[in-house]
Amino acid sequence: MDTLKIGEITFSSRLFTGTGKFSSSSVMQEAIEASGSELVTVALKRVDIRDDQDDILSHLTHPRLRLLPNTSGVRTAREAVFAAQLAREALHTNLIKLEIHPDPRYLMPDPIETLSACETLAKDGFTVFPYLHADPVLCKRLEDAGAACVMPLGAPIGSNKGLVAREFLRIIIEQSNVPVVVDAGIGVPSDAALALEMGADAVLVNTAIAAAGDPVNMAKAFKAAVEAGRMAFLSRPAAPSLTAHATSPLTSFLNNL
Amino acid sequence: MTYYDVIKKYSWDEVTRKIYASTPADVERALSRTGNVSPEEFMALISPAAEPYLEIMAQKSHDITRRRFGNVMQLYVPLYISNYCTNRCVYCGFNCGNKIKRSALTQEEIAKECEALRQHPFRHLLLVTGESPKYSNREYLGESIRTTLRYFEQTSIEVQPMDADDYRYLMDCGLHSVYVYQETYNEQNYPKYHPAGRKADYRYRLETPDRLGEAGVYKIGVGNLIGLEEWRTDAFFTALHVHYLENKYWKTKCSVSFPRLRPFVGEGFQPNYPADERQLLQSICAYRLLSEDVEISISTRENAYFRDNTMQLGVTTISAGSKTTPGGYSDYEATKELEQWSVNDDRSPEAVAESVRAHGLEPVWKDWSTFMQESAIH
Repeated sequence: MDTLKIGEITFSSRLFTGTGKFSSSSVMQEAIEASGSELVTVALKRVDIRDDQDDILSHLTHPRLRLLPNTSGVRTAREAVFAAQLAREALHTNLIKLEIHPDPRYLMPDPIETLSACETLAKDGFTVFPYLHADPVLCKRLEDAGAACVMPLGAPIGSNKGLVAREFLRIIIEQSNVPVVVDAGIGVPSDAALALEMGADAVLVNTAIAAAGDPVNMAKAFKAAVEAGRMAFLSRPAAPSLTAHATSPLTSFLNNL
Repeated sequence: MTYYDVIKKYSWDEVTRKIYASTPADVERALSRTGNVSPEEFMALISPAAEPYLEIMAQKSHDITRRRFGNVMQLYVPLYISNYCTNRCVYCGFNCGNKIKRSALTQEEIAKECEALRQHPFRHLLLVTGESPKYSNREYLGESIRTTLRYFEQTSIEVQPMDADDYRYLMDCGLHSVYVYQETYNEQNYPKYHPAGRKADYRYRLETPDRLGEAGVYKIGVGNLIGLEEWRTDAFFTALHVHYLENKYWKTKCSVSFPRLRPFVGEGFQPNYPADERQLLQSICAYRLLSEDVEISISTRENAYFRDNTMQLGVTTISAGSKTTPGGYSDYEATKELEQWSVNDDRSPEAVAESVRAHGLEPVWKDWSTFMQESAIH
C-alpha cells in the first residue's frame, strides 16, 4: 500500500487540511471528514488549548484525525518555540507546524527565524513541519536542521493562485530527502493533482475548501484529485514529446546514402 | 519621515476638488483594477461619481473579504475604565467642561467588570479611557492590561496618544493593539473641535501611528470622525494613512473604523458634513478595494439593521453588547449617566452572534493567545 511517512507517523491520505475560514465548526467537521484527511492543522491562536470544550477542538475528534498545531501569529523564533512547547504540553503532541510570518499581509514566512526555530525544536524532540517560501536552499538547510518534512508554498496563503512557484517546487522535489508537502496557494483540485503528479508527497489545503460555495463537496473533489495525482505520479507518465513528429522528416535523405 | 511629511504634500481643498471632479470613467478604471487600488484611484471610489456603482463595489468588496478573511466575523467588547478627561473636544461626552460624574475604576473594579464580561464568550477586549495624566497614565494602563489578561487573550487600547517608549512599556505588559483616530485630517480646522488639552496638538496625534509602528504593536487602528469635515476628503486622508502605514510598518496590521456623528434634536454638537448609510457603505467598500488586508470595524454606534446588512460587505470586526460607561457591565443602572455616546445596537453579544451565524458567518471570539507574544516569555 502506498503510504507516506513523516517523522514516526504513517499516512495513507496525502491531503492535509486546515480549520480556518469555515462558516461554522460543523461545516468544518463535515468537510474535513469528507476529505479523508488524516492530518489537520489548527492555529494555536484560534483554539483554547486549556479548554477541552473548545469549539474547534471538539469538532476534530474523529479517530482517523491527527492534530497539527501551528504557530501562526508569532513573529520570532523565540515566540514560536514558546508557543510550540505550550502546545505540546496541552495537546499531547510532538507535531508542530512552524509558521513564522511577521508580515501580516501576504503572510510570507521569515526564513531566518524559521530556520532558527526549527533547529531548536528538532533538538527538543519535536516533529517539525516548517512552512517556508519555495526556496530550494532553505529546504536543504531545514532538512539539515532536523525538519521532518518541508512545506514550501505554491502561492501566497489564501490566494488560491495555484502553483505559481512551480519551477522552484520542481527543484525542491528533485533535491529533497524529506517529504515535500506543498502548502498554501492551492486553489482548485487540479492544482493539487499537479503537485502530486510532479512528485510532491502531499498537499495542505485550507482556503480552497473552506471558502468554496460547497465546502463538503469541494473536500471530496480534492480527495479525488490528490489520489489521481499520486496515482499518475506512480504510473510514470509518458514523456511529453519535445518536437512534433513530422510526417516527412527532414533528415530522411540520410537513409539513401 | 512621518505621515506628517506625507500629508503636507497635499492640499485639503485640492484633494476635495479632485474627488468631486472624478468621472464615471475614473470609477470604472479603479473598479477594473486587479489587486489593490492606489490612493489616487480611491478618490474616484469615494466620490459622488461612484454612487451609481455601489452594487458593483459591494460585490467586489464581498468577494475579496470572504477570500481573504474567510467566512468569519471577529467580535470584541470595549471596556471603559476611566472617563476623566482634560480635553475639550466639542463633540464628546467626556469633554472636561461637561459636568458629569467622573470615575476611574480600580483594579478590583476592572476585575469585576471582566468577570461580568466573561459571562459571554468574549476573549478580545478593548480598554477605553479619556485623557488624564493623573488618572489614566501609562502605569495605570499597564496595570489594567495585566488585570484584564487574567480574563482575556487579547487586550487593546483606545486612549490618549503616547510616546513610543510608553507603547513599548505597555507591550511588555501584554498590550496587543492600539486604536487612535485622527478625528479630522483637516489641520486648519482641527483646533475648532479640539480647543484645549493635549489633544489640541494636531501633529502629535497625527504622528501617533508612526510611534506605534516603531514600537511594534500588532495592529494600528486609524479613522476619522465622520461629520466634522467633508467626509470624502477625510476618507481619502485616512486611506492614504493606511497605505502609508501598511508599506512602512510591514509587521503591523491596520484597521479602519467609521465613527459617525449624526444630526439629532436638541442641544449639543451637530455634524457639519453628515454622511448617510449609503455613503458609509460606499466608504467600507472603497477601503476594501484599497487594501485587501485592512481590518474594517463597525461599532455599536451604528444600528442593528445596518450592522447586520454590512456583515457580508467588507466588515471584518464588530463589537457587541457595548456599554460606554466605566463600571457599566457589572452595574449598568448605577452608571448609565456616565455614557460617552449612546449605543444604537443594544442587542446582547449572543444575539449579535446569532445574527452573524444567520448571515452565514462563524463568530470568532478568539483569534489570539496571549502566550504568542514576547511579553508572555519571561
